[in-house]
Amino acid sequence: MKIIVTDQAGDVHELEGLEGWRVMEVIRDWGLNIKAECGGALSCATCHCYVDSEWLDAVGAPSDEEEDMLDSVGDVKTNSRLSCQILCSDALDGLKLTLAPSAAKD
Amino acid sequence: MSTEITTDVVVIGAGPCGLFAAFELGLLDLKCHFIDILDRPGGQCAELYPEKPIYDIPGFPVVTGQQLTDNLMAQIAPFSPEFHFSRMVNSIEKLEDGSFKLQTDADETFFTKVVVIAAGGGSFQPKRPPVPEIEQYENKSVFYAVRKMEDFRGQDVVIVGGGDSALDWTLNLQPIVRTLTLVHRRDAFKAAPASVNKMKELVAEGKVNFQLGQIAKLDGDDGQINHVHLATEAGDLSIPATRLLPFFGLTMKLGPVADWGLELNDNTIVVDTEKFETSVPGIFAIGDINYYPGKLKLILSGFHEAALMAQAAKAIISPGERVVFQYTTSSTKLQKKLGVA
Repeated sequence: MKIIVTDQAGDVHELEGLEGWRVMEVIRDWGLNIKAECGGALSCATCHCYVDSEWLDAVGAPSDEEEDMLDSVGDVKTNSRLSCQILCSDALDGLKLTLAPSAAKD
Repeated sequence: MSTEITTDVVVIGAGPCGLFAAFELGLLDLKCHFIDILDRPGGQCAELYPEKPIYDIPGFPVVTGQQLTDNLMAQIAPFSPEFHFSRMVNSIEKLEDGSFKLQTDADETFFTKVVVIAAGGGSFQPKRPPVPEIEQYENKSVFYAVRKMEDFRGQDVVIVGGGDSALDWTLNLQPIVRTLTLVHRRDAFKAAPASVNKMKELVAEGKVNFQLGQIAKLDGDDGQINHVHLATEAGDLSIPATRLLPFFGLTMKLGPVADWGLELNDNTIVVDTEKFETSVPGIFAIGDINYYPGKLKLILSGFHEAALMAQAAKAIISPGERVVFQYTTSSTKLQKKLGVA
C-alpha cells in the first residue's frame, strides 16, 4: 500500500507503507520532517497531520486520548490526526495527508 | 547565591541511561552529580509515559516508565548520587588541566573531571504555539510559566490550553488580574474536574471569559502585546491583552548542547563505539542523544553504552590505575560497595 504525504514545505512524497505499521513510522523511516518524539506512545502530538477530507471516513475518528493529546498543539483543524494512531492497511491504500507545522523537527 | 561543587563526574540528564551510568560509575568508585531540567528523575520515561508499559527491558517482561525509574533509583542508592533538578547546564568550559567547569542557570558552578551527556531527546522546554513572530514577545509579555504572580496583577491576561496548568493559573490569577480570557480549542478539558467546575463557576459569574478557538496572531510593539487574535468557528476574534500564557505542555529541544562545540549529526552527538566519547575528550554521550553507525534508540543500548563509558571515565579520573574487571555476582569487593556482603 502507498501513502501520499505532503510535507510542511509543500513537497509531495509517495511512500511505501507496510501492513500493520503506524503511518508515523513510515513517514519517519522515509526521513520526512516529523519529530515523533514519544515514538508512538500517544504522549506527545509531534506526529500531527491533516488527513485529506476524502480519507476521513476510512481513517475513522480520533479516540478521546488522541483528542487530549491534540490539545497540546496550536494548529489543530477538523481533519487533524496523530499519524501514530493510524495503522497502515489495504483499506487505506492511497491515503493522503499533510504534515502539520507543529510536527516539524526543530 | 552561587554554589561551587567539585566531583568526579557530572551526568546531564537523569533518565534511565543516566541513572544506570551512576551504577556503573559507582562500581568503579566514581562519584556522580546529576543535573536535570525536570523536577524529578526518569526523563522522557517519567515525563512522557510514566504509566505506559515497556516490553523490551531485559528481565522485565513488562515494566512502566515510572517503575523502571523507581527500580533504577533503588539500584543506584548505595552510591548516593546527588541530584540537582529543575535546572539547565548553560555552558561547559574545558580547563587547562583537562577538567571541566559547568555553569547552570541556577547559578551553580560544577568542577568535574568527566561530563556524561545523557539528555535523551534534549532538554524539555515549553511547546511554542505556531504563531508568527511569537519569539519577539517571549519573556516580555508572553510567558510559558508563571514565575512571579505579581507580574500579572492588573493585566489583561489570555491563557491558552485545556490541561491542569491552564486551569490552575486561570483560578490562581483571576483574583488579581484586570481581565482574564481562557482560550481552548474545544469545550472539554483534561484538567482535574474540580478545577474545571470552579472555572465554569467563574465564567458563569462573568469573572472569566471562556473562548473556544486557537491563537492565530499577535499584535504589539517592542515585545509588548496589545491584542491576541483568535481563529474561532465564527471567524477572527481580537481580544485586548497585555499578557499571554500558552500552556501546551513540553517538548524536547537540543538546547545549549548545540553550542558546546561537540560534533553533531542531525541533533544528536557523534561518539565512538569503544568509549562513547564525543569529539571533546572527557565528554561522553550515552543513550538517545548520541549517534554512531548502527545506533538503535533503545534504553538497553544506553545501558550498554553506560558500562563502557564508565570504564573509559575511570581511566581519565584515575590514570595509571589498573582496573580489574569484576562481576557483581562473584566479587565481594563489589558486593560490599552495594551493601550486600
